[in-house]
Amino acid sequence: MTAPSRLASISGPSHVVSESPELNAYEICGKRPAAVVRPGSSEEVAEIVKFAAAEKLAVVPSGARTKLSMGLTPRQYDVALDMTRLDRVVAYDPADLTLGVESGIPLHKLAAVLAEHKQWLPLAVPYMERATVGGTIASGVDTPLRQMYGTARDYVLGMEFVTGKGVTAKSGGRVVKNVTGYDMHKLMIGALGTLGVMTKINFRTFPLPVATRGFAASFASAGRALELRHAIAHSPLRPQAVEILSPGAAKIVGSDVAARIAPGSLGSEVCSKAHWTLAVDFSGHEKVLDRCERDLRQMGEKCGGESFVVLAPDQMLPAASRKREFIPIALASSPGATIVKMSVLPTRMDELLATAARASETNSLSWAAIARGVGVIYVALLPKDRSDEARLRVIQATDQILFECAGLGGNATIPWSPAEWKSSLKVWGLERGDIDLMRKLKALFDPLGILSPGRFVGGL
Amino acid sequence: MDSRLLHELKKLLGSEGVLHEPEDLLLYEYDGSVEVAKPACVVFPRATEDVVEIVKLANRYETPLVGRGAGTGLSGGALARQGGIVVVFSRMNRVLEVDVENQRATVQPGVVNLDLSVAVAHTGLHFAPDPSSQKACTIGGNVSENSGGPHTLAYGVTTNHVLGMTVVLPTGELVRLGSAAVDSPGYDLTGLFVGSEGTLALVTEITVKLTRLPEAVKTLLAVFDTVDDATETVAEITRRGITPAACEMFDSWTIRAVEDYVHAGYPVGAAAVLLIDVDGLREAVESEAEEVADICRLHHAPEVRVARDAAERDLLWKGRKNAFGAVGRISPTYYAMDGVIPRTKLAATLRRLAEIGAKYGFEIGNIFHAGDGNLHPLIPFNGRDRDEFRRAIAAGTEIIRCCIEMGGAITGEHGVGMEKDHLMPYLFSAADLELMRGVRDAFNPSGLLNPGKIFPTAKACGEIYARPAAETSAPPA
Repeated sequence: MTAPSRLASISGPSHVVSESPELNAYEICGKRPAAVVRPGSSEEVAEIVKFAAAEKLAVVPSGARTKLSMGLTPRQYDVALDMTRLDRVVAYDPADLTLGVESGIPLHKLAAVLAEHKQWLPLAVPYMERATVGGTIASGVDTPLRQMYGTARDYVLGMEFVTGKGVTAKSGGRVVKNVTGYDMHKLMIGALGTLGVMTKINFRTFPLPVATRGFAASFASAGRALELRHAIAHSPLRPQAVEILSPGAAKIVGSDVAARIAPGSLGSEVCSKAHWTLAVDFSGHEKVLDRCERDLRQMGEKCGGESFVVLAPDQMLPAASRKREFIPIALASSPGATIVKMSVLPTRMDELLATAARASETNSLSWAAIARGVGVIYVALLPKDRSDEARLRVIQATDQILFECAGLGGNATIPWSPAEWKSSLKVWGLERGDIDLMRKLKALFDPLGILSPGRFVGGL
Repeated sequence: MDSRLLHELKKLLGSEGVLHEPEDLLLYEYDGSVEVAKPACVVFPRATEDVVEIVKLANRYETPLVGRGAGTGLSGGALARQGGIVVVFSRMNRVLEVDVENQRATVQPGVVNLDLSVAVAHTGLHFAPDPSSQKACTIGGNVSENSGGPHTLAYGVTTNHVLGMTVVLPTGELVRLGSAAVDSPGYDLTGLFVGSEGTLALVTEITVKLTRLPEAVKTLLAVFDTVDDATETVAEITRRGITPAACEMFDSWTIRAVEDYVHAGYPVGAAAVLLIDVDGLREAVESEAEEVADICRLHHAPEVRVARDAAERDLLWKGRKNAFGAVGRISPTYYAMDGVIPRTKLAATLRRLAEIGAKYGFEIGNIFHAGDGNLHPLIPFNGRDRDEFRRAIAAGTEIIRCCIEMGGAITGEHGVGMEKDHLMPYLFSAADLELMRGVRDAFNPSGLLNPGKIFPTAKACGEIYARPAAETSAPPA
């Protein structure tokens, strides 16, 4: 029996695709699978993976396919496991603030369910209008809301997943505090589907803020903007999000390209193209917001802020979505857009941003950076074309950034770049001392190496 | 034990760094649980390099080894179930680095939890996980067990505060996991190793986040005439989206025990009290405290007391932090349980617990982290009565099965250890457990590190022995 017909016998012929042009939509870095299957249950997922394991077929799970270009090019790609039919809320106990969903559920659909109970998951991630929960968790993309809520690892309570042997396993649970057994589900977060196919994910949910107020302060330099970041960190204020945008970032999030990705206009007073902008959101009751505004204004002045804007209610949404969609906007802004993600201790961010600026400029590359208060920086290098010459300049710039970032005690990877450049870029950063342990985990969870082979750190 | 191994350990650590006489080992046969296990020797490394050498020796002599902090654990995690070497980290108790600007600290595993917060208090920071044993328990132990505490309701448990660590694998390899910066690339090894109950590696350095102390705190004590009113109050607080910094519940039995001992001003005779902290900005705390008090009154609380000052707040909390010691004065032996349930099932579960108690002939006390549904039923029993002990264990098993039926888990913060290994199959399938065993074997292939923990073994009946609670050196979380 051929692969498509076997897959059809598992999920039904109407849920298997084996012909162009539909297959094209599942391409990863130029590689096209032989078949797409859309399972309708976690049992089917297990059956499919078991079959793939027996036939040594490489499987890449996907949701809305918005982030399949992250990481390395898969070594082999036979079956696209489209999880979007698994889109149900399995359990929701609003009064306990806990939730269990199938991994293919779109974020916006889930948000609507949670909003009925004035709750949310603080996942303001890129591609939010299309992305699924599973893809968001598997890709490990972060959110500005992490300033207050942390990242997925802080509120994923448990998971069910299918290993590379087709075995369904779970860890954690659906209670907010739990130390029973190993936290295997934490390994799945950001693993790009290389250890297992997530079928169900349990979360802790959060009450929606009663009110939110956004501010933007502009500065002559990154250093001054960061001073305000430090002042906030050492104040009693607990912001929901703290972001710093370079002048280049202000330019691209205010562009026509950005308007197509995240509609609504973004006033130039919110994000000046001649300045570094520090954007802060606070949430709470009016009295709390007034206090935050008062303190922030004072701190901003002390740090040499040149302007201070309180966002009007109708500016909040576009501002939030433009910043949130920085990555897709940057990728659409240049044919050779390459994005470096760095994390570093907050006091080193100034130096790291200076390094990124230097590396870009000496290699004649335009660039844009957005930084989070917790010490994460995304730098987008934006060459004018995809020529070989542009590739070489990007390699030089990223090498320099990665090397200097390591010198500052930080981590750096290159999650997004043109597919054909990936083999010459250090996509997963410099070599790490714990890679052997990761290999052991890969060998345990996916001994045949059929799950998204080669996309992850060290070619796992 | 092999005298050559003993000799080599002494050569490495000096004779003051090795204990092996039976009377010296006695203390290390126990932890805070009702379990007991006898080690062959106890060693006290001074540095990471010592730990590497100890692990290599254990491998060469094929001897089991177990890490241990202060021994306050409640599931037998730090006991040498199969004998061998107990590695005590009390001499590795230095705070290696405090980075106030970046709100980070790097510590050795033997640093006492509260000592870190005290050391950085002048900077306005603290280490947020606060097990009730925090005056004694170590951060290494916290990392092994992924410890909680009352204030983890709002601030998160240990794993939410650990960014990186240096570990010695059971093979003797030294590896650095994570980093001081957030988001280390690759699989979340730090997340896997925290809470692995000392079965994957010995931890020798830990990098943690430090958290700003809140600007304002208000502590409320709400008194209730029925347990249901108290549990309904907790459910309503949760439902309204209020996350207090802590929300602890005591029932009448524990109120009496605590008040007799601590004289914290708890209302003896009440059916239940809630001890609630709200913290944050002054402006937020005012309104939140009022809303919480209103909810308590709405659920028929005849009295809601707000601590007037820090002294009164400390006194109320002293009652909570010393509760287990207080119980020990009433019953010489007791079984401190740990289970988790959804917060919407609190009332139903407490009613079930009372029934289970009646069935086995015990009055079960309850003092627990109500805000996150983490129960700590206490079963007082006569340790000299074997039959009563067996009934206590049976009641405990039924309580844990009840938690599972309610949609909960078998441990919220104490760990599985050797106490609940046999209960794991109630929660996890054979496939789940096989994969978890695979994780253990991947890092701990010889099985010499902390054997007999977490995973079900054929436990000999009567392996666990009761002992007087007065020996418990520190209260649990």
